[in-house]
Amino acid sequence: MKFMRLIWVNLLRNKRRTLLTVLSVTVALFLFTTLRSVVTALDAVSEVGSEARLITRSATGITFALPQSYLERLRAQEGVQSVSWANWFGGIYVNESNFFAQLAIDHETYLAMYPEMAIPDDQRQAFLNERTAVLVGRGLMERFGWTLGQNVTLQGTIFPGDWDFTIRAVYVPDDPSFGDQLFFFHYDYLYEGVNGNIIPGWYVIQLNDPGAAPAAIDRIDRMFENSSSPTKTETEKAFNASFVTMWGNIGFLVKAIGTAVFFAILLVAANTMMMAGRERIGENAVLKTLGFQDGLLFRLVLVESVLITLLGGALGVFASKLAFGPGNPVSSFIQGFEVAWSTVILGLVMATLLGMISGIVPAWQAMKLPVVQALRRVA
Amino acid sequence: MALVEIQELTKVFYRDSQKIPVFDGVNLEMEQGEFLSLMGPSGSGKSTLLHLLAGLDKPTSGMIFVGGAHVTGMKRKELAAWRAQHIGFVFQFYNLLPVLTAFQNVELPLLLTSLSGRERREHVMMALDVVGLNDRSDHYPRQLSGGQEQRVGIARAIVSDPTIILADEPTGDLDAKSADEILELLKRLNEELNKTILLVTHDAHAAEKAHAVMHLDKGVLSR
Amino acid sequence: MKIPILYNLRSLKERPASTLTTAAGMALVVAVFVAMMALANGFRSALMKSGSPNNAMVLRKGANAEMYSGIARSTASTIAGMPFVARGTDNQPLSSPEVFVVINLDRLTGGLANLVVRGVSPRAMQVRQGFEIIAGRELQPGASEILVGEKIVDRFANTGIGDKLSFGGRAWTVVGHFSAQGSAFESEIWAENEQVMPVFRGEVFQSVTFRMADPGSFEGVKQQLEEDPRLFVDVFRENEFYQNQSVILTQILNFIAIFIAGVMAIGAVFGAINTMYAAVSSRAPEIAVLLTLGFKPGNVLSSFLIEAVAIALLGGIVGCVLTLPINGLVTSTTNWNSFSEIAFAFRVTPGLLVSGLVFAALMGFVGGFFPALRAARQPVVVALRQG
Repeated sequence: MKFMRLIWVNLLRNKRRTLLTVLSVTVALFLFTTLRSVVTALDAVSEVGSEARLITRSATGITFALPQSYLERLRAQEGVQSVSWANWFGGIYVNESNFFAQLAIDHETYLAMYPEMAIPDDQRQAFLNERTAVLVGRGLMERFGWTLGQNVTLQGTIFPGDWDFTIRAVYVPDDPSFGDQLFFFHYDYLYEGVNGNIIPGWYVIQLNDPGAAPAAIDRIDRMFENSSSPTKTETEKAFNASFVTMWGNIGFLVKAIGTAVFFAILLVAANTMMMAGRERIGENAVLKTLGFQDGLLFRLVLVESVLITLLGGALGVFASKLAFGPGNPVSSFIQGFEVAWSTVILGLVMATLLGMISGIVPAWQAMKLPVVQALRRVA
Repeated sequence: MALVEIQELTKVFYRDSQKIPVFDGVNLEMEQGEFLSLMGPSGSGKSTLLHLLAGLDKPTSGMIFVGGAHVTGMKRKELAAWRAQHIGFVFQFYNLLPVLTAFQNVELPLLLTSLSGRERREHVMMALDVVGLNDRSDHYPRQLSGGQEQRVGIARAIVSDPTIILADEPTGDLDAKSADEILELLKRLNEELNKTILLVTHDAHAAEKAHAVMHLDKGVLSR
Repeated sequence: MKIPILYNLRSLKERPASTLTTAAGMALVVAVFVAMMALANGFRSALMKSGSPNNAMVLRKGANAEMYSGIARSTASTIAGMPFVARGTDNQPLSSPEVFVVINLDRLTGGLANLVVRGVSPRAMQVRQGFEIIAGRELQPGASEILVGEKIVDRFANTGIGDKLSFGGRAWTVVGHFSAQGSAFESEIWAENEQVMPVFRGEVFQSVTFRMADPGSFEGVKQQLEEDPRLFVDVFRENEFYQNQSVILTQILNFIAIFIAGVMAIGAVFGAINTMYAAVSSRAPEIAVLLTLGFKPGNVLSSFLIEAVAIALLGGIVGCVLTLPINGLVTSTTNWNSFSEIAFAFRVTPGLLVSGLVFAALMGFVGGFFPALRAARQPVVVALRQG
């Protein structure tokens, strides 16, 4: 566009002002992108999980365990390919702030059900064969600097005492929202350690056909409805989603802050464009005298405004994407926390919108500028 | 038809509810290649006449034709496009864009055409050559003297080969020597390149450079 | 001789668009800052108010949350009989062995919540201080009755007086609502411990909470109980226990508040800098006149600084006012330490509002500093010529 030179020199007219405005937008979009990523990451966690896997837990609450006898009755259900189970261990590694999820699993059946975890064959065998072996996510290895074969001790809280493990396998999830900071060990080890005083925390059921899920859910829960431990069965997706809701109304909070941030920066950008506009009244009058159309001036101001915000916005959005790459600290709380490309694009769109809105008043004023009066003022 | 025809032109300004008549039923004709100056006391409406001719303002009544085009009948958008092609304006305070070089300032009217970058360059250098400033083409206005700035202003006014050049007190802000140079330049443009020029001034000495001098006083135009 | 503040205030009126947009930007930053700190404040205060320093809480050794603990009946009676346990007016020990379970109920606003059901002894409300039945009546022993904490009422279905809430395979009648000074207990459901125990926990309590006869002797009490080979327990001051439970979430909330407000502040300060530079450059002639009149550069500096701070404070006041409506708004999240729902109210305190204003003033000062410096250093002659 041949008018780019004109727009460019206008931007450079007051370098400090342009730079500060660009940086303001950078900072705001960095924040906006990061906040939005919290929402998208939590949403992604709700999406993780197979439709063909069901979780059966106690209807009273997630923290209540289920009778061992349920295993055979679940296996006998039609359409069920396999049944496994797991328990929440809740141990402490060194100190309480090193939080990560530890699960005691029925190792053979559980691992077979989760092809999402990519594990080298030799490590898989080593994990399955050794009673005190641990399967650990890659993120956890990096976080604590663990190595294969290393011994790790956890202090039990629900199951008191010190528990020793050896890291025999590392998994990489094919979907980051699955979480790469999980710690799996043998249920049998736990069972022995508490002298058999333990029953499954929840059952995981692999169905042959995901379409059979609703019917299976209904059957299972009705089967146990009047027993001492009524169950609540749901798809794994639904189960994960309900965990996310425990956080509370994060979505609303993030949206509210995001809106405030957007408007705060809009004001800064609009102020800049207005100041620039005021300075150029005389020049705009001259341009119109030379024959520049009203509409052209409108577009020139708008393009200038969008260039500022888009540049600032791009810097902020990409800074956020880089800052929260794989293994970032937030991913210990929120699995797979990252800045998705869809968020990047949304950020750029917001930046463009920001430019258009902040430039609209000065653009309008330039368009509507009454030339003769403006010329008089210059003279 | 003459190159410029002003028929029964009337302009009344309104400030708050007060009516301020500027001129009433003014008539004027200019031929191609004429160099005319217009004198009158301040507030007599000389600049207003130029603005009306350039289509920057609309008269209360009357008609203006320039080069056969019915200026007073055109709509805003048409006027802008027409003005870019047919009017060259020279201002008292030069009105160059301080962020652009001399070259880029002169190039501005050409951005509104469909000329290629190379073609624009040719025209700009030619215009700067005519006003004798091609060695200063990449200087910024702040690096130029008042006289040089005005020469750039004139180059800008002729670069798109307009039908008529309107000069509003072009020497008003210059010292005597620079003012003289500018007036000589305008005279040369008229004599050598056959440019039609309407010069508005309150300086009798400047006015005399033209073929003829007209007076505008109390809304009445007289030779 | 100081430049009259009136000059600055009048100047603000001369450029209303710039002043207002800058102030509005500051207002939003301050509003977000105060709102987030109010959130963190509300959470912290809910947990700080939970528990009393005069009470001791006993859990099984190694359990860092009530849910993971298990205390036998015999242990509970042994503790109750100890001399350091305070006695009530009826000369019975002020000791409450309690059952703690977490059930899942759906919030009326959507989503799943982990609600605490606390099986309490009849003396629970005496052992703890600051509890009040605000509707209905106390629990009757031997009945399937529950008391519902103030923060749960209206946020979950079937929590009105007379309603029946089902969980654990039984229907429980709501006989009363209670308040507990805004503490975490207000997010709990209370029933009689003997009723809850068989339904959920077999023959085990999760905790024993008792009033200390001499709160100052806590260290001694702790030592005695923890070293007793029969018992296998950990002892905490009740309030310290709950404060520790809030560690992760408080850290998160504080970090978020500071991060967000800090980042927004940077943006707002940049905006203020732009506004002030524009103000300084457009008023160069005036500044020159002031200097000519005999005002010192130092006066000019402070004058413009005051102006910047004034704009910021204007924004700060508006921002603070904007946050007032959220005071008392109840929101909830899951305290991952105790794996239970905690509902708390946003707490906008006068102290917080003041810090919001101070924050605004700081932003104005930082934003106005370099422009003010330029104004002060302006060479007089240049400015006069410009005029």
